[in-house]
Amino acid sequence: MRIAEIENEIVEEFELFGDDWESKYEHLIDLGKYLPLIDKQYKTDGRLIKGCQSKVWLHSELKEEKIVFTADSDAIITKGIVALMVRVMSGHSADEIVNAQFEFINKIGLIEHLSPARSNGLVSMIKQMKFDAAVLEAQRLNFKPSHN
Amino acid sequence: MDTITKNSTLNSQKLRQDFPILSKKINGKPLIYLDNGATSQKPKQVIDAISNYYQTQNANIHRGVHQLSQEITIAYENARVTIQKHLNAALSQEIIFTSGTTESINLVANSFGKKYIKSGDEILISEMEHHSNILPWQMLCEEKGAVLKIIPINEKGELLIEEYKKLLCDKTKIVAVTHVSNTLGTINPVKEMIALAHEKDIPVLIDGAQAVPHIKVDVQALNADFYCFSGHKLYGPTGVGILYGKEKWLNEMPPYKMGGGIIKTVTFEKTEYADLPLKFEAGTPHIEGGIGLAAAIDYVNEIGLENIDAYEYELLEYATAKLSAVEGLRIIGTAKEKASVISFVIEEVHPLDIGTILDKQGIAVRTGHHCTQPLMKYFGIPGTIRASLVFYNTKEEIDVLVNGIQKAIKMLK
Repeated sequence: MRIAEIENEIVEEFELFGDDWESKYEHLIDLGKYLPLIDKQYKTDGRLIKGCQSKVWLHSELKEEKIVFTADSDAIITKGIVALMVRVMSGHSADEIVNAQFEFINKIGLIEHLSPARSNGLVSMIKQMKFDAAVLEAQRLNFKPSHN
Repeated sequence: MDTITKNSTLNSQKLRQDFPILSKKINGKPLIYLDNGATSQKPKQVIDAISNYYQTQNANIHRGVHQLSQEITIAYENARVTIQKHLNAALSQEIIFTSGTTESINLVANSFGKKYIKSGDEILISEMEHHSNILPWQMLCEEKGAVLKIIPINEKGELLIEEYKKLLCDKTKIVAVTHVSNTLGTINPVKEMIALAHEKDIPVLIDGAQAVPHIKVDVQALNADFYCFSGHKLYGPTGVGILYGKEKWLNEMPPYKMGGGIIKTVTFEKTEYADLPLKFEAGTPHIEGGIGLAAAIDYVNEIGLENIDAYEYELLEYATAKLSAVEGLRIIGTAKEKASVISFVIEEVHPLDIGTILDKQGIAVRTGHHCTQPLMKYFGIPGTIRASLVFYNTKEEIDVLVNGIQKAIKMLK
């Protein structure tokens, strides 16, 4: 699936809850529980995303020309949001990730339901994911064997 | 604590009517505002004073020849006198208007520091200081090659006075401590601490930001050399604060910001500075801030700080008992002397998650490190949830808070 398709899937998922904040949050908390946990060796201070009130670790790697993200957080609601971001972002080409608009965030009313501190954290997380994707792609292109 | 015997005649439900914002709904629920340590809400008496200033009094102060300027100059200087009387300062020129506690501390660190701090000197602060009472001193130490020394605390969140005594030495040039901890609520024995420092001729600055809303402060009885606070935590406007300084210090200290209004004469060779307090008040001040702060102080005095103190103590005891009964909840800061600030953590739940779910229920608390990261390090926690209570909060609101926490725990665990 392409990023936009996953986004639509998430929007539909959250539409089921309407204005019921409790169910929306319960869903978010559940999502956090299924987050592909980051390998312990990557849970280092160097992988912490700055600007979050809670700790968020992000590890980015290249697998078969796709960018794969794993992440974790010490706060459960944050973890749910991180899970959504990983679901949308992971397993795509760097090009697609860098150009993604993330309209689903507004559509599911995530921002209005978040504290300003966490919204800033979300912005930082998106920036970090795009940055990592660009760096990994640059490395991939440099390491490509030449065919002279 | 002798406050156990205090009796409050304060009618919280009636006083709530003075605060228009308290009838607001948040997420469809009545607002329960428990973030007073960050900023307090404003009574209509203060809002009216500010509004009236712009509608009928606005002009620039000092030096204006016209009627309006003269009238507002008198009103502004009367505001200074209101604050002087409130703090029981000896002289009105010992009251300097600043933008808040942060600027007050920066003023002293810069100006006192420039004149009196040398390489090898020591500056003494405590482990429970707000970053605002750490960073200006840290920077001063870096600039001058001075050393920042820290008064340690115990697990209840009380300063270790015996350690403090040992830290006071010939090298100590100034002590800067908070009156009330913004994170723990601890009321420090500042009078005793000032007396101990004065035995060695060391001046003391007190960060009173969290104290003035709860406690009657008498700077002469405390014998403080400097006392700082912000208007907005005392039901006044944001952007205005006070530095009280003993006249002898303020006279000796150089101005710390340059601009209009602080001079007697200016030539390109030399400038002769104005007398106190104008020497420290360069530029057009926050006029409506001063007017609004005086209105806030009048408002508080009408209720009576003794009344407020007694009521808030009752509220603190009630909230402490109710919160302690929540399974897995641990109160951080259990000093014998406490103001109505309660920080807590909940086993296996992140403070931010609790704060988020409480917000959905219309309950405003603060989560995080509260700008006291060294303190969080001491307790080995990432942050706390903080409920800071004032006289317009009620026991019913505490009950809603406790139910809200129970609900959050159920959702999050």
